[in-house]
Amino acid sequence: MRLVFEKRNSVSKKAIILVPVVSFLVSLILTGILLIIFRTNPFVTYASMFVGAFGSWINFTETLVKAIPLMLTGIGVGLAFRLRFWNIGAEGQLVFGGVAATWVALFWSNFLPPFLVLPTAILMGIIAGALWAGIPAFLKVYLKVDETLVSLMLNYVAILTAQGLYYGAWIDPNGMGFPGTKLFPKAAWLPRFSGRAHVGLFIAILLGLVMWVVLNRTKWGFEVKMSGHNPRAARVMGVNIGKTIITAILVSGAFSGMAGAFEVTAISHRLQQGLAIGYGYTAIIVAWMAQLNPIASLFVAVLMAGLLVGGDQVQMMMGLPAAMGIVLQGMILFPMLAGSLFTDYRLKIITKSTKEEAV
Amino acid sequence: MIALLASILAITLRAGTSLIYATIGEIYTERSGILNLGLEGMMLMGAVSAFATVYYTGSLLLALLVAMLTGIILSSIHAFLSITMRANQVVSGLSITLFGTGFASFLGQRLGPESNGHYLIGLIGNKFTPVKIPFLSDLPVLGALFNQDILTYIVYLIIPAAWFFMYKTRAGLNLRAVGESPQTADAMGINVFKVRYIYTILGGTLVALGGAHLSLSYAPGWTDNITGGRGWIVIALVIFSMWNPSRAIWGALLFGGINAIQFRLQATGTTISAPLLNMLPYIVTIVVLVLMTWVETMNKKVGAPAALAVPYMRGEK
Repeated sequence: MRLVFEKRNSVSKKAIILVPVVSFLVSLILTGILLIIFRTNPFVTYASMFVGAFGSWINFTETLVKAIPLMLTGIGVGLAFRLRFWNIGAEGQLVFGGVAATWVALFWSNFLPPFLVLPTAILMGIIAGALWAGIPAFLKVYLKVDETLVSLMLNYVAILTAQGLYYGAWIDPNGMGFPGTKLFPKAAWLPRFSGRAHVGLFIAILLGLVMWVVLNRTKWGFEVKMSGHNPRAARVMGVNIGKTIITAILVSGAFSGMAGAFEVTAISHRLQQGLAIGYGYTAIIVAWMAQLNPIASLFVAVLMAGLLVGGDQVQMMMGLPAAMGIVLQGMILFPMLAGSLFTDYRLKIITKSTKEEAV
Repeated sequence: MIALLASILAITLRAGTSLIYATIGEIYTERSGILNLGLEGMMLMGAVSAFATVYYTGSLLLALLVAMLTGIILSSIHAFLSITMRANQVVSGLSITLFGTGFASFLGQRLGPESNGHYLIGLIGNKFTPVKIPFLSDLPVLGALFNQDILTYIVYLIIPAAWFFMYKTRAGLNLRAVGESPQTADAMGINVFKVRYIYTILGGTLVALGGAHLSLSYAPGWTDNITGGRGWIVIALVIFSMWNPSRAIWGALLFGGINAIQFRLQATGTTISAPLLNMLPYIVTIVVLVLMTWVETMNKKVGAPAALAVPYMRGEK
């Protein structure tokens, strides 16, 4: 008797749902073992993480606050990954979006009618994110430069640019040297609906649905899927792959740029330390766990945000490092990747009789 | 002037050492056809495990061994996922980096002594110090080459050894064959899976050593994100060196040199803003990458293993 992997004719529907769920459970178990090694009770830890993230409405609004940027960046990264364009620059695109929105909020408020300040700030954030993502896209399409490294390096450049601004040119003159710009005028504040949870949530959910429709019901969406899955066939069918990549990556960056604009206009109301806290990297986990499906990304984003908020909670209540939540997140992808084999292959047991059948 | 040159050369070598370990490690991994983007995570884990070990035991040798073990474990995960499970190597590597970054930060807040709130940050441990080689270290400028720590001296040996092994031995030939055409290698009787496992793990071990050099010598101690993107820069350096271990030195010296110049400029006080100066390595990486890719498309041959990042399965075309 022998075990072999046989390629499935079509992707297994059951495995698509089962693999992420099982992966999450495996991640809980592995991290649990780790906690036991550090002489901490995993059940108590997980319970307080859950309570911390979902236990009350107030806690849940904090989870939503972190879910919004994860939804947007997750959808954006997922779109890029569909094309096998490894955009790992969502962090920088988010930061650049935040910088552009700050620019509008600080310096355009006097020239714009008040009702236009916020939309302009967000629009500029979107454009900035798109352009920042456009750099690796153009280099990839026209010069075949590896997009993984370029998009990643641009994260550092964006973060250092933001730092240079809030430590330097844009620092609040009345801030007593505190690194940060002055507070935005009220006209540039994105409204909150409960706690710190803001209306960006509804925009993110709406965009998730729109993106699903675009991917599944439009010609462009079809071209994106085709170019990623089978570029040769796409080319034969007359799809301009380069153009598809550039448009898709601009959209991908636009999502992250919007997330950055939301962060500064709704949460901090100024540009300061703490804009780049890893949403752009967690977005990779969100996108992959959601199997690049924008609607699934919305739910996975809430789960991942829950892990982050829960991690903060166990730090406060149990003195465990907040990085706990990040360790849990990091563990999820390993079983996910191992499991992805089962969506494309099936395990077949070969015994003597089946061998004869095959002949 | 001579003193300035000597000091720049000294810092360049110190900063370049960790890059060379990691670059040679990744060259070997990629030559077998496996792309490992988990370098940043493995370097961080190497750095934190090495520092924690040296803090409690005082033994630098033990610290290096623990860092190597960490590299072996993490690269084994990547090897298992990408070789046995045929997972997407880009995503698998990214997972190693995401997990390694988070776990290193977790350990940095957990492994420390109770008196320091279990933090490793801010502690001082044993570290590698420069060892002067008599006479040679008195040479003008070049003396800097012979006033380094042991890990840097080992680099002087590793570079030629890695080159010799890859181009002049049977095992090196097999390694290159597996990365170029696993089907042909398999037909020649080479165990493709075994070769890929060996060099993915060997590469990970060297990468983790590079991380250990950071926390034991270059910037002794532990801080979150002590690597500052070096793991990613190394991936560019592999391309820069055209997958040839003997050329790994140039990229490492270039980036070590940038670090050294930053260091000098900041020490002397400069009008160039610090963020702009700090951006330099990342911008140079992009420029180098664009240039190398351009050279590659012009010449059509640079040396990227043909089967890089392509999973191998027996019986599939």
